[in-house]
Amino acid sequence: MERGTKDYVLWSVGIALVLIFALLPVLWLVSLSLKPPDAITDQSFIPTEFSLDNYKSLFEGGIDDSPFIKPLINSIGIALITTVISIVLASFCAYAIARLEFPGKRLILAGALAIAMFPPISTVGPLFDMWRSLGLYDTWPGLIIPYLTFSLPLAIYVLVAFFREIPWDLEQAAAVDGATPFQAFTKVIVPLAAPGTFTAAILVFIFAWNDFLFAISLTSSDASRTVPAALAFFTGESSFTQPTGSIAAAAVVVTVPIIVFVLFFQRRIVAGLTAGAVKG
Amino acid sequence: MSSQTRSERKLAWLLCAPAVLAMLLVTAYPIGYAIALSVQQIDLRFPEESGFVGLDNYASVLSSSLWWEDLFNTVFIMVTTVAIELVLGMAIALVMHRAIFGRGVVRTSVLIPYGIITVVAAFAWQFAFAPDTGFVNNLPLISDEMDWFGGRFSSFAVIIMAEVWKTTPFMALLLLAGLVTIDSQLYEAAKVDGASAWQRFTRITLPLMKPAILVALLFRTLDAFRVFDTIFIMTRGAQDTESVSILGYNQLISRLNLGLGSAVSVLIFLCVFLIAFVFVRGFGTKLEEGRPG
Repeated sequence: MERGTKDYVLWSVGIALVLIFALLPVLWLVSLSLKPPDAITDQSFIPTEFSLDNYKSLFEGGIDDSPFIKPLINSIGIALITTVISIVLASFCAYAIARLEFPGKRLILAGALAIAMFPPISTVGPLFDMWRSLGLYDTWPGLIIPYLTFSLPLAIYVLVAFFREIPWDLEQAAAVDGATPFQAFTKVIVPLAAPGTFTAAILVFIFAWNDFLFAISLTSSDASRTVPAALAFFTGESSFTQPTGSIAAAAVVVTVPIIVFVLFFQRRIVAGLTAGAVKG
Repeated sequence: MSSQTRSERKLAWLLCAPAVLAMLLVTAYPIGYAIALSVQQIDLRFPEESGFVGLDNYASVLSSSLWWEDLFNTVFIMVTTVAIELVLGMAIALVMHRAIFGRGVVRTSVLIPYGIITVVAAFAWQFAFAPDTGFVNNLPLISDEMDWFGGRFSSFAVIIMAEVWKTTPFMALLLLAGLVTIDSQLYEAAKVDGASAWQRFTRITLPLMKPAILVALLFRTLDAFRVFDTIFIMTRGAQDTESVSILGYNQLISRLNLGLGSAVSVLIFLCVFLIAFVFVRGFGTKLEEGRPG
């Protein structure tokens, strides 16, 4: 397409619109978070004065009194542990489905699909009751277990799609060349499987990081409350001030790293999202 | 059966068992438990009044106007959201597919909403529309006095727009995956025969994409039916904007009425089952085509 033609201008406008629409809420949160408390209601999209007070208030009081540090640690810890366990279990299962012949293969895939469509609210009541009697209420495992359940179908579908593409014959070729089975696995198969596994890990992490329903239903304190739940219960300095500035600052802190991460690995994420949903 | 196939099967089941157990642990068992709770009177605030009550909880839910109102709200939000994002998602998918330049920019920007926490996005849009902090009321053509969260359908408008913003990328990527499977020679042939761009879209693209569109619609419809986060943050169900998931949460966690709340949970489960059933029954073969491999 030539620069300066009508088509070129139309494309550019269309692309610009998509970009603005996607970025608008993020820019707006950054803007709000930088406004000093007395300017928070000035209704302007671009701040006229800048201050870092909102960010300071998030971390004030250190780990014990800050409203944000503990939820942030909980969010990162719970999402990471969920990701590791989910990927390990899902890779076993996906390896079996992609490489071995056994009855029940289709049943597992269909069951995983059904669980992906399962409404989480239907399990909240029983889990609330069970977790309280088992001592899992308001603990890390209390959230990790449901996250595992609901992230496994996603991880299995993505990994099966990737594992089916791996040229497994290379393993035998390596054996012919004198590699031990362990060497064949670590030197040949692991490097081939790593990109798909990493993609599945990103998707599982984002899933656990995003959850709100379980996080507000199965926790009651900073012992295990994650960032989305903590944001919903943020309070202002007094009951008359809205915590808008603090919420905006906290939102920016948890959003910017994820955006950078997502942009950095965008090809993998697109491949994973479509592999899991369409190739299943 | 040779011993080799037998040991292969054994290995396969051993490998799958942990994942299958983890998936059943928090779905099959709890849904059974929810059914058991739903036929009892269990209110954790009045534990001494517990007991078996049969279908009374279901009768109370189904005869309350709140359940039907919330069901209407949920279906209204679901249908509107999915319809808007189907059109938007298709437009974005076409742009990504046909783009001669800027494809990377578009793909990058559609992934931003995907990576953002739903609660964070809900706060961003709420602050944008709020009469005191928001910039929206400062825009031309919009009254400074507009109280978006003061009315039912203006609240719906903001909720739906936040949901559309957050989930359109997923829709667009699913549609793009279907779009790339279409043989480009078909378009060339149609062009030679004098078909307009619109004709090529309606006669070639849409029919060939039917399976991909149905898969995307099924996924997003079921997902939209579960709408919770955005409404919880924006209105907490005020102005009659409650969804069935919020109703379930309120009964179970806020009021600790496990019996009644479980009846709501089971009914939501049945609704999801019904939607999936209608899709599979109505478009079963098409859905199958949409899942190659």
